Amino acid sequence: MSWPVSDADLGKLGKTIVKDAKGVITGAHVAFGELNLTAPAAKIVEALTYLRDVQGFHQLIDLCGVDYPERPLRFDVVYHLLSMTKNLRVRISVQTDEDTAVPSVVPVFVSADWFEREAFDMYGIFFDGHPDLRRILTDYGFHGHPLRKDFPMTGYVEVRYDEELKRVVYEPVKSVEWRNWDFLSPWEGAEKGFAAMLPGDEKGGK
Amino acid sequence: MADDNAPAQAADYFHDPKVPETPVRKFNINFGPQHPAAHGVLRLVLELDGEVVERVDPHIGLLHRGTEKLMEARPYQQTIPYMDRLDYVAPMNQEHAYCLAIEKLLGVEAPRRALLIRTLYDEIGRILNHLLNVTTQAMDVGALTPPLWGFEEREKLMVFYERASGARMHANYYRVGGVRQDLPEALVRDISDWCDHFPKVCDDLEGLFGNNRIFKIRNVDIGVVSKEEAIARSFSGVMVRGSGIAWDLRRAQPYAAYNDMEFDVPVGVNGDCYDRYLCRMQEMRESTKIMKQCCDALLKTPGPVLIEDNKIAAPRRGEMKKSMEALIHHFKLFTEGYRTPPGEVYACVEAPKGEFGVYLVSDGTNKPYRAKIRAPGYPHLMAMDWLNRGHMLADVSAILGSLDIVFGEIDR
Repeated sequence: MSWPVSDADLGKLGKTIVKDAKGVITGAHVAFGELNLTAPAAKIVEALTYLRDVQGFHQLIDLCGVDYPERPLRFDVVYHLLSMTKNLRVRISVQTDEDTAVPSVVPVFVSADWFEREAFDMYGIFFDGHPDLRRILTDYGFHGHPLRKDFPMTGYVEVRYDEELKRVVYEPVKSVEWRNWDFLSPWEGAEKGFAAMLPGDEKGGK
Repeated sequence: MADDNAPAQAADYFHDPKVPETPVRKFNINFGPQHPAAHGVLRLVLELDGEVVERVDPHIGLLHRGTEKLMEARPYQQTIPYMDRLDYVAPMNQEHAYCLAIEKLLGVEAPRRALLIRTLYDEIGRILNHLLNVTTQAMDVGALTPPLWGFEEREKLMVFYERASGARMHANYYRVGGVRQDLPEALVRDISDWCDHFPKVCDDLEGLFGNNRIFKIRNVDIGVVSKEEAIARSFSGVMVRGSGIAWDLRRAQPYAAYNDMEFDVPVGVNGDCYDRYLCRMQEMRESTKIMKQCCDALLKTPGPVLIEDNKIAAPRRGEMKKSMEALIHHFKLFTEGYRTPPGEVYACVEAPKGEFGVYLVSDGTNKPYRAKIRAPGYPHLMAMDWLNRGHMLADVSAILGSLDIVFGEIDR
């Protein structure tokens, strides 16, 4: 297929997939020239199996988590798939919370292994049926999940080499808290349709 | 004692009841994190049965800097330098993917001359990477001279980096909507001259170790990857092309100026370490061709190298001296930056190691809500266990060398 694929073609493909997948893929929309699909978390294995075997998306390019702490189902798990034969990309995402495990897709894509370990390490998302769900990127014995929005930028512990003890010691962070400057101007962005609310706007009832 | 010489008993020599059966203990050894062939800070826990590798457990994360977390806390244009520090062997290719992702969100496109410069520097990055990889792969299997020969050319390429951006490695040269500065004509001519002489260096390198018996013994039929496995294990770049799949994002999903370039996509046949080496050698020659075409085109295409929209691209220093508006734009850009419309995008480039992608989630502010870096080396290293099982201990470093691992991008 020619590249880039037109939005109309992607929209058509999305509709076909939703109709054809019999409930395992529930939504499709096209944005920024990319096809986004959604699925119920419990059905993700069936959804990816369908996309791989029927639609020809043979390669799992990426798997990652996204954190939205204000939502009851705070995590998104996002899968990026690629079809080399159709020259197409697709993104499929599911939602979950801190306690509910997402079925592991290692049986469908063997390469999901480390990607799921990373999502577990960074966000604490559990993957049911994963062969070896250990931490991967963080330190041995690390506590917490660093990419969660409520995890501080500086972390909780820092390490240094102690000359007297002759070993590396862990201590609570002594450095100053990361200063998160708010540079956002509430007076801009409206012309592009995504302005923040001006102070007092909430009284307008809209 | 005459009985002992009887043929029936001689056949049973290995099960002599007088010699007790010794339980063979499996060895667990640490390969790295400080090992010259570990390409940085990889720690491999190897389980060995004699000299045969039974299991490989790579421990990564020793170079984890939390790039993604840091990116979530800074305006977009301030995080372009982080991209250089991912795959520090070919820095500009990463910047390219990130700029493409932001450009996709903002809906801007770089001018023609900027696209040519990006193509040129992407290919320089590819040669930088392949020179390092091919020659250190030779070093991993025992040859000491190739890296010295390869690094000589790398040094020249880094000077080209420096003359464009001011930095030999961590360039921070690409901008959203173009590149930082135009290239002087003398630089384009020098790169063009370098392209004329580089194929000779490739011949020399091939003559030095390409047909070397030891190099072949160590690499041919080692770490064989079939087509099916290459796809199932999310391989990309040379790791799929070495297995005979003609998949190259520069061809399949062209970006920058690759659509107008003449080049071939070399593919391997056997999918072993030696084929991957051959692919990389041939890719360097193809890259030289692309660079030559870019240089010719650059000499004929004058024009801007950055979009004119000062809401996104910084105004020039000279303008700021004269125009109040330019000064305001500069101030706004370097404090607040620009906002991106809410949504999610994934943009990728054919980095030297494979598909390097950036997934951005924007919530309409000046910072990415989530930035995920898809490093090509990550799935490659994930396959270490599968690739090494049943191989000898000495093959571990040969396979690792042919995977082309750089820890900056894997640990992020």
